[in-house]
Amino acid sequence: MSNKPKFVYVTYVASTPEKVFEALTDGDMSVHYWHGSRIVSDWKIGSSFLLKLERGDKEIIGTVAEYDPPRRLVYTFHPQFGGTDKEPPSRVAFEIEPQKDQVKLTMVHDGFEAGSQVFEAISRGWPLILSSLKSFLETGKVFRPDWYDEEKKVQP
Amino acid sequence: MTEFNPKTVYVTYIASTPEKVWEALTSSEFTKKYFWDRTIELEPKLGGSFALRLPDGTVNVQGKVIAWDPPRKFAVTWGVKWPAEFAKLPECHVTYEIAPAGDTVRLIMTESHSWEVPEAILSGGRMGWPAVLSGLKSLLETGKAPAIKMEPPKDMIEAIKNLKL
Repeated sequence: MSNKPKFVYVTYVASTPEKVFEALTDGDMSVHYWHGSRIVSDWKIGSSFLLKLERGDKEIIGTVAEYDPPRRLVYTFHPQFGGTDKEPPSRVAFEIEPQKDQVKLTMVHDGFEAGSQVFEAISRGWPLILSSLKSFLETGKVFRPDWYDEEKKVQP
Repeated sequence: MTEFNPKTVYVTYIASTPEKVWEALTSSEFTKKYFWDRTIELEPKLGGSFALRLPDGTVNVQGKVIAWDPPRKFAVTWGVKWPAEFAKLPECHVTYEIAPAGDTVRLIMTESHSWEVPEAILSGGRMGWPAVLSGLKSLLETGKAPAIKMEPPKDMIEAIKNLKL
């Protein structure tokens, strides 16, 4: 077994593949479940991917590697803050499979070096973001993570 | 003492209260809806008995309560009794930790093992837990029990057949 870190998260969403795919790629929808962060891309293969974090003008950049609605989406992932820009870009792949009245959403984030700081951060982040996406699609409600109010206070 | 190491961890955030999440984990009224019709039997104390039972009465999982701290931490020893070929596997530990997180609740499920478990055997839990806990989340947030269909974990069954313990 390789010791390169890989993060896998699976969730089931009572929705359609089209809606889940839209939520993963639409800027306006991302703002809701990503706690104010916005996804920006034209989703052409090779185009840039940008996640503008709501917390203090921080950015994650990347490149669209696969775009196959409503089944599969892959982009590279390269945070540009706090020294993480020194790490090589990693890779995020979403797989969407229809079930009876559910959608199985599988996210695999890999391509990290051993000891990656980004890996530590995304292992905490994805369960919250993908729980939030599920709630947003099922209930229309968004939730506020525990760090949200604290971070707000320190914004200029 | 035998050491148990975490092998599978699943984290989810639920728009609910710690008390509700605790109830969903420990009462049959809820488990029947999100844990493929299983009822839970519990002696609500440290050292108490624990079982998950199929609708026809068959014991699916049996164990003991090893942490009981409502509404924060609940852990059991987890011995699979059905299907029969699973019964030769050593017991694992399943721990649920519940904590408030902003206006939500963070639930962490940890499956820990005392031996070098082959990946193929871990695959059963890695398929099952996301379905069980996605169902629990939907049930608490929307009131609706999801119908997540699962195939039998083929790799796991095959690995158990070939396992020499």
